[in-house]
Amino acid sequence: MLQVEQLQKAFDGFQAIADAHLSVPKGEVVAVIGPNGAGKSTLFNLITGHLQADSGHVRFKGEEITKLSPFKICHKGMARSFQLINIFSSLTVFENVQTSVLAIHRLDKNFFRPSRKLLVEETLEVLDSFGLYDFKDRSCSSLSYGDQKVLEIAIALGSKPELLLLDEPTAGMSSEETRKIVNLIKRLSQEKGLTILLTEHDMELVFDVAQKIMVLHQGRTIAQGLPEAIRNDKAVQNAYLGETG
Amino acid sequence: MSTKKFSNYLGLGLAVAGILILLILPNMLSQYYVYLIATVFTTALLASSLNLVLGYGGLLHLHHGVFFGVGAYTVAIVMTKTSWPFAVAVLLAPIIAALIALVIGWFCVRLRGLYFGMLTLALGQLVWAIVYRWNALTEGDNGIHAIPVPEFLTSINSVYYTTLVVLVLALIILYVINKSPFGLTLLATRDNPVRSESVGINVKRHRLIAFVIAGFFSGIAGVLFVLVERSVAPSLLFWNKSAEILIMCLMGGLTVFMGPTLGAGILVLLSMVVGLYTEYWLLVLGLLLLILVLFLPQGILGYAMEKYDKRRSIGGEN
Ligand SMILES: Nc1ncnc2c1ncn2[C@@H]1O[C@H](COP(=O)(O)OP(=O)(O)OP(=O)(O)O)[C@@H](O)[C@H]1O
Ligand SMILES: [Mg+2]
Repeated sequence: MLQVEQLQKAFDGFQAIADAHLSVPKGEVVAVIGPNGAGKSTLFNLITGHLQADSGHVRFKGEEITKLSPFKICHKGMARSFQLINIFSSLTVFENVQTSVLAIHRLDKNFFRPSRKLLVEETLEVLDSFGLYDFKDRSCSSLSYGDQKVLEIAIALGSKPELLLLDEPTAGMSSEETRKIVNLIKRLSQEKGLTILLTEHDMELVFDVAQKIMVLHQGRTIAQGLPEAIRNDKAVQNAYLGETG
Repeated sequence: MSTKKFSNYLGLGLAVAGILILLILPNMLSQYYVYLIATVFTTALLASSLNLVLGYGGLLHLHHGVFFGVGAYTVAIVMTKTSWPFAVAVLLAPIIAALIALVIGWFCVRLRGLYFGMLTLALGQLVWAIVYRWNALTEGDNGIHAIPVPEFLTSINSVYYTTLVVLVLALIILYVINKSPFGLTLLATRDNPVRSESVGINVKRHRLIAFVIAGFFSGIAGVLFVLVERSVAPSLLFWNKSAEILIMCLMGGLTVFMGPTLGAGILVLLSMVVGLYTEYWLLVLGLLLLILVLFLPQGILGYAMEKYDKRRSIGGEN
């Protein structure tokens, strides 16, 4: 479903992504792991068009998307959540998700219908599946950190993606909240057949949900394969031991 | 839920009562005040159109007066230099204002924040310079005076009612746009342009459309201006006029729909009063801006709504 080849990106001479490779098969949950600063978020930004690659290719469903802008990539069926909470701060919880539902239905430029009556059911369905239904009329900035993080993912789901990218979906969450997210990821993958690409520092979570793992180290893909193979990979062990002591 | 309904009815009731008062007002006031209030209506439309971009779009639009001036000049030029009917002038004014907004906006939406603002200012002043210099078309520095209008629009009372009707209709349309998916999406692009892009919104396009709509309504305000004043001058397109509109929006409140209308009313009446005593209107304006920014950043209506919401939510919990 997604292929990344020989991707490179430098910031003012600093090579954040030196040589990244990644292949995400349809229907699978794939995790990108690596120490802090390895370039995981940068890789995501390159895939979703928020950053322009210096060289290399990103293909989605067989189509080159390397130079497309984020909104076009979204309409092709790829949605993402962000590592840091990135929501529409003055809108209600309902409106946060509705905005993305409206956009994917290309109703965002409709002038003369009241938005509060449009795509309500579809929006509520998304909110319900994330346990946010009871908060729907609340201002999103009044939610707890954990709930905002959940909303962050719900907004992405509003785009009805075929491929969902989650950048550290459980960062900063309590263990109970983390368990909720894990269940959610499994449900999306198993029941809806969603293809998911995620990054995480929580290795327990990664080995629990991922069918395939890619290891990024100083902007390079140093391993890619089944979780078992990754666990026993010498280069990976060195990279991690080298960084975390 | 019921308090929300109540406040909706309250708003509607206030609007209806306000309009009723405004309908009978000309019978009770001297011509000068009728003229002054017609000016308030014109300015209220101008400020409300700016707020679509400024308050709802979150874009630092520093030179909205240009489209107002272009609308006014279009009417003036059509009525004095061609034999086309008045209706053509009225239709052409907002369309040409919107076209110029399209050209200026096309460049500006590529920039962010202050840079967006500086470019609106620079391109707007360019339009001013063209109007100022193009003697053959615009009479340059002299402006165009004694612009002919149809017979039924010559009395100040008929001008008053015309501007009132146009203002109310335009505000209704702007309100509908605010509550539409377009309006909601505009708020989203204001709150978080990066996230907007990633949920499939073409942010630049969206902003450009808002900019053009605002230009269109500003052009309509320009038509009203000609009805009220029957003359135009290049100073209409000068940047300090735009600064005044900006302050009106700030004063009334950027986040409240009727904020700019209130701000327009206050500033127009105030400039009249201040004009009786001193020539330093700009100085007074500067002081007002200072006070606003320091003590009332959410504007008068914004402040009132905050208080009202707080009281309501406390009342709801009891
Ligand atoms: N816009 C930018 N400008 C300059 N340097 C950047 C930029 N974005 C990221 N970097 C640098 O690139 C490197 C990779 O950052 P990135 O955020 O991709 O890492 P990460 O793997 O997501 O880390 P973390 O696990 O902490 O989220 C870091 O050294 C970072 O400082
Ligand atoms: Mg990161």
